[in-house]
Amino acid sequence: MSAAQNTADMFETDLLERHRGLRTGRTSLPLRSDEDVVNLRKQVRERAVAIALSLVDQTKLVTAASELARNTIKYGGGGEAHLDTLAEGIRQGVGLIFVDNGPGIPDIELALRDGYTTGGGLGLGLSGSKRLCDEFAIDTRPGEGTAVSVVKWKR
Amino acid sequence: MERIPILRMGDLLLVTIQVDMHDRLAMTLQDDLTERIVSDGAKGVLIDISALDLVDSFIGRMISNTAAMARVLDAQTVVVGMQPAVAITLVELGLTLHGVKTALNVEKGMALLGKNIF
Repeated sequence: MSAAQNTADMFETDLLERHRGLRTGRTSLPLRSDEDVVNLRKQVRERAVAIALSLVDQTKLVTAASELARNTIKYGGGGEAHLDTLAEGIRQGVGLIFVDNGPGIPDIELALRDGYTTGGGLGLGLSGSKRLCDEFAIDTRPGEGTAVSVVKWKR
Repeated sequence: MERIPILRMGDLLLVTIQVDMHDRLAMTLQDDLTERIVSDGAKGVLIDISALDLVDSFIGRMISNTAAMARVLDAQTVVVGMQPAVAITLVELGLTLHGVKTALNVEKGMALLGKNIF
């Protein structure tokens, strides 16, 4: 077994920790190419529909997923996405975790600022995704990688 | 290679995006449209996104860039048919498609282009 590949379990945020007990089903998808992003969007949409998120909330979640998946590929050099259906009491939600083995984010506060980009994009990926989801957490380690987790709860 | 078809009607170019676009496809469309504006001498570009259930920052940027390129090539761009959920998400994401003309549907978009051109 190679230890080179990061898994979501290697990263620790409160949100990831809370995810662990609430998961009722997980799908893991590779993130390497443009086509992987399209496939991820489709799978996230299916999860959102399965717990009957409103159309607006589905769209917000899928859009956030698209932004974060692109970051994973563009800045993290590729990685994985984990899709979880979460159940907390009678409340249901969709949790997404994006893990890469990239260089990490040196300054998270800066990276979360609207318009800040190191890749020539619009700088809305991280900050915008945070606004589109109910919960958002980042664990990033210089030289090791980054895990971004988000949750959208059914209202 | 996968491509989104561009239709010509008089001096207008019409595009209906009906697939979930990956990033390369979006870039190809931007390039194709810009080339066709010049080769066809188009005065207007109408992009129908009513079938798109997502516009993220990449697609949003492609739309803004296309409109900007069209403008410097003496053509107007109108984006029509955006779904309400997409509009809400786009604004919350932080994108306002600044400088891009929009209309609710194809008919209104054509009228907008007609008014500007003729």
